[in-house]
Amino acid sequence: MRRSSTRKSGSAAAVNPSSGSSYAYRSASGKAVSKEVERIDNLFYTYADASSGLIDPEGIESFCSDLEVDCTDVRILMLAWKMKAEKQGYFTLEEWRRGLKALHADTISKLKKALPELEKEVARPSNFLVFFSYSFRYCLTEDKQKSIDIESACQLLELVLGSQYRLQVDKLVEYLKSQRDYKVINMDQWTSFLRFCNEINFPSLDNYDEELAWPLILDNFVEWMKGK
Amino acid sequence: MPANHLQALTSPQMSSRVTVLCTSIVGEVSRRLCKLSPKRRRRIHDMCIQRSPHDTTEKLYTKYKEVIMEYITSVVLPSLKDKHDEFLLRELVIRWSNHKVMSKWLSRFFSYLNRFFIKRNSLPSLDEVAFTCFQDQVYKVTKGKVKDAVISLIDQERGGEQIDRGLLKNVIEIFVEIGTDKMDYYKNDFEEEMLKETASYYSRKASNWILIESFPDYMLKVEECLRKEKDRVVHYLHATSEPKLIEQVRHEVLCVYSSQLLENEKSGCCVLIQEHKVDDLSRMYKLFSKIDDGLCRISQIYKKHVTVEGTTLVKKTDDVASNKEAEKRVVVGLQEQTFVREVIELHDKNMPLVNDCFQNHTLFRKVLKEAFEIFLNKTVAGSSTAELLVNYCDNILKKGGSEKYSDEAIEQILEKAVNLLGYIYDKDLFVEFYRKKLARRLLFDKSANEDHERSILTKLKQQNGTHFTSKLEGMVTDMTLARETQADFKDYLQCNPRTNPGIDLSVTVLTTGFWPSYRSSDFHLPFEMTKCIQAFAEFYPTKTNSRKLTWIYSLGTCNITAKFELQTIELIVTTYQAAVLLLFNDSDRLSYSEIMSQLNLADDDVVRLLQSLCCLKYKLLNKEPNTNSISSDDVFAFNSKFTNKMRRIRIPLPIVDEKKKILEVVDKDRKYVVDACLIRIMKSRKVLNHQQLITECVEQLKVFKPDLKLIKKRIEDLINREYLERDSENLNLYRYLA
Repeated sequence: MRRSSTRKSGSAAAVNPSSGSSYAYRSASGKAVSKEVERIDNLFYTYADASSGLIDPEGIESFCSDLEVDCTDVRILMLAWKMKAEKQGYFTLEEWRRGLKALHADTISKLKKALPELEKEVARPSNFLVFFSYSFRYCLTEDKQKSIDIESACQLLELVLGSQYRLQVDKLVEYLKSQRDYKVINMDQWTSFLRFCNEINFPSLDNYDEELAWPLILDNFVEWMKGK
Repeated sequence: MPANHLQALTSPQMSSRVTVLCTSIVGEVSRRLCKLSPKRRRRIHDMCIQRSPHDTTEKLYTKYKEVIMEYITSVVLPSLKDKHDEFLLRELVIRWSNHKVMSKWLSRFFSYLNRFFIKRNSLPSLDEVAFTCFQDQVYKVTKGKVKDAVISLIDQERGGEQIDRGLLKNVIEIFVEIGTDKMDYYKNDFEEEMLKETASYYSRKASNWILIESFPDYMLKVEECLRKEKDRVVHYLHATSEPKLIEQVRHEVLCVYSSQLLENEKSGCCVLIQEHKVDDLSRMYKLFSKIDDGLCRISQIYKKHVTVEGTTLVKKTDDVASNKEAEKRVVVGLQEQTFVREVIELHDKNMPLVNDCFQNHTLFRKVLKEAFEIFLNKTVAGSSTAELLVNYCDNILKKGGSEKYSDEAIEQILEKAVNLLGYIYDKDLFVEFYRKKLARRLLFDKSANEDHERSILTKLKQQNGTHFTSKLEGMVTDMTLARETQADFKDYLQCNPRTNPGIDLSVTVLTTGFWPSYRSSDFHLPFEMTKCIQAFAEFYPTKTNSRKLTWIYSLGTCNITAKFELQTIELIVTTYQAAVLLLFNDSDRLSYSEIMSQLNLADDDVVRLLQSLCCLKYKLLNKEPNTNSISSDDVFAFNSKFTNKMRRIRIPLPIVDEKKKILEVVDKDRKYVVDACLIRIMKSRKVLNHQQLITECVEQLKVFKPDLKLIKKRIEDLINREYLERDSENLNLYRYLA
């Protein structure tokens, strides 16, 4: 449920400390654009936490329910990508603005309509690789963290590749969970998973050459597949 | 005759005069009368210098040719016509010889013609005229029959009959001479057919021999016929035929049947090698080196043979290890030593083959190396061959190991052992095991001879570089330094009597890094010994600066006097064993846990110690219950009733098998070595693709053969640690990150 309703521009000053600038903005550029920005900002504040000025996981939860999309849905991840959000579970105002402006969505209903278009955009091969790498980095919560644990990696694989590469993901997840050599997955291995799905015939694996620079984890995976 | 007299003759008269003159001259020459009367000569001369219209030179020239032709048709050809075989050949030789002589003299007599008329009109010389006549009229007609006759004689000679070689030589010279400067006639009219006939002759012979002769005997036949054919060339064929002739023969008798011969089950290459028939093998090498692929195939057979022999030795040792359960360790150990010895013998046996029979050809050296590498890099009875080789060397170098051998013999044995290391990939494993054994030899005074110790290190260094033996040499040097330090320590004690602990202490200081790593423990040193340690601990800083000493009591030995009821015996034990025994100075009975807590050692150490003192050969302690194994509920007491006919006994403490630990150490080291190698390569190349990086890495690593998976894993680790990155476009390409 919404925490607060939309306010008129005047009383927006009470919530938005930088209302002065938005006032100036509104008067400087076209009315339509500034109205959009205003609405985007307002939308932000309906979910943001008052003290931190950010949308936190709780806010995201209610945002998701308004969107009628599950929080664990890949489309939320896509949104985060569009926003170039840095921290998993949080959106800053700047990120929010960035994302919604790019989608030309300033209301929930517009956002809902923009989602299918966003999915198509992400699915474009040039974007997908970027999105894929982004999804990994998005999961790195700690400062110096470079890898994610197997369990999370499997979930992420499912989320991001599940629809496109069902077979591969199923087998890969099964393998990752059963093997003992690796406890975490790093970025190099992560990007290679996408490359693997794109390039290698599945389930025949006939064009896989382990003498090339495939990460060892995939060599082992192929060996495991062939052994079954 | 005066010139005008000649002038007066008419043409027809002149013509017939010329004819008569020529004919008679020719006739006389053919009868080998080479003298011409001055009168005749004069006449020729006069004829030649006539001016037109009485110029007879042209007529002379034409007549000359006609007369020769006639001579040939009327005399020479008929003489040859109905003759065959040898008779034909003889006649031809005579006729050709005559012709040559005739031509020579005639040219001389009519030389005036040569000088002016012929030159002026660019006509063939008289020589050429005569020659061409013979060629066209005689040679071309008879060459077929002549060729057949010659070839038939050759075959007869091959069959064993005596033939007139001189005759053949002369005939064949005709074939050569008839072509003047070119060998075309010889080749086309004789050689071609001769070679074909040779081929089919030997093809028939070979098809017979192959059925009845053994491989060695067949080779003898081959050698013989090659020799005979060469001989034939020397005696009557033209030298240029030799290579072609030999080639044909070799093809028919050797190439065609090469596989059959080599692979003959009863007497083929493999059998010869097995039975070490050096003469036959040498012959085989010589013969087959001349045919395409010959040596290659032999080398493959040889390689297979050596590999099988080596693998059999491996299997033999494996079998022994898996069979005997009971006295397993001893028997397996013996078998392992036998294995190394037999491999060395196998090598010794094969070196003369490669060096002598196979003339040290690189191909054979290579396959010998490959064969040894194949079976020497398998695990044998659960151990790496590197370890077995170390044990073998240990047995030679330790006291009592090689007393029966002379110094020279030992040097040779060590040389051969080091040689064998050349075939083993896991050289770093060898060093690690060797270190362990060397440490024991040095520290427990088990080394037989320091010179031999140094000698084998020198050989290892020569084979693998200074870095390879640096730690080992350091260990040996430490022992020398230790002796000096010990002397100084003795002096120190004399000068400082209050520090003297009253017990003879000798200390060996080991340089960390050279020696295997030993874990120091919180062992409770017996009181009597602490004073000794203190004395040294005070002395040592006076000798050196800033060195930290860590005491490894597990490596110490102790001479301890034990007073039993009936005897006093001196026991040579390890420090740990001594500590256990000394406990019984204060207590009659001690439980397992009491011993353990007093010594502050781990269970496996305590069990081993107690076993050595009451369950093995010498029962110095009594155990309740009196079973043959140690349990934590046992209680121990000093066995005062112990006796032995010796006054001095060494109580051995069985060594722990540290194989697993050593393998771990080596594995860990390898990671660093591979990392360093990869970084080194990438630093210099900056950008390199995956396969090249792997290839270069494998090439650079000499002390072990890296597992490709290991290298791949290290590359990934280096990417993770941001030493390298993958190129974003070409994911097979790596880039060095400075």
